[in-house]
Amino acid sequence: MSHGPCDKCEELLQGYLDREIAETERAQAESHLDGCEYCRRRYRFEVSLRRYVRTTSEERMPPGLMERLTQLRSVEG
Amino acid sequence: MGEPDPEIEARRIASVARDRVRFEEEALALADQVYRVARRLVRTREEAEDLVQETYARAFRSWRSYTHGTNLRAWLLRILTNLNLDRGRKVQRTPDIQPLEEGDYYLANRMAESQGEQALDQDMVVERLSQDSIVTALSSLPDNFRDVVVLVDIGDFGYADAAQILDIPIGTVMSRLHRGRRLLKQQLAEEALR
Repeated sequence: MSHGPCDKCEELLQGYLDREIAETERAQAESHLDGCEYCRRRYRFEVSLRRYVRTTSEERMPPGLMERLTQLRSVEG
Repeated sequence: MGEPDPEIEARRIASVARDRVRFEEEALALADQVYRVARRLVRTREEAEDLVQETYARAFRSWRSYTHGTNLRAWLLRILTNLNLDRGRKVQRTPDIQPLEEGDYYLANRMAESQGEQALDQDMVVERLSQDSIVTALSSLPDNFRDVVVLVDIGDFGYADAAQILDIPIGTVMSRLHRGRRLLKQQLAEEALR
């Protein structure tokens, strides 16, 4: 393989994408990404994929549901 | 200590009523977001609607147990995920025996193989996956994994909130998320890039 799978970078991917990573690890991932096109492209892909998965779920409530929820209130209207 | 002062008592009752109205209004303002998560946790729109209605019915009954100023959306989703469990969803498949589980870069690698490495530089590359295939792939995840993936990736909750909502340790959130996303990407690669 011409470029290794960059195991450490792959391991940091999840926390990095979720913004749940220690500052030192973030710096570690970023410095690796600076020099590694292979991982940089894959991180970028993951970011786009996350965004896309979210857009598939941008579905508004069906009409009528809000009304039914409002009727569940103790004091209506 | 005698009878409570009627004026003080009236003021107290009015204040509780105001708190309650405020709670209900804040909860209703989150209904779209609660529905969106529900929609991906269960299979059909009807189930999602029922689940959201049950959630709000219970939330309005037990509003006093919500601490004002804490994360109301997480509080509502905790009720919702518990109700979803109570609905006796089917016995968990055992994900441990699934034979194939590819790495985190699997889908990206497959895309790169079919579209070329440079394709990964474009935001649009993901749109080669149909929205339907994403919805199908999400719904095919084992329930425990789907709960976490939906809360974090669609509900936009952090690990700590997801852990609290599902009443599991943060480490479990992280490992389920990790495996859930791998399974999701594997599924997407199998289905969308055939």
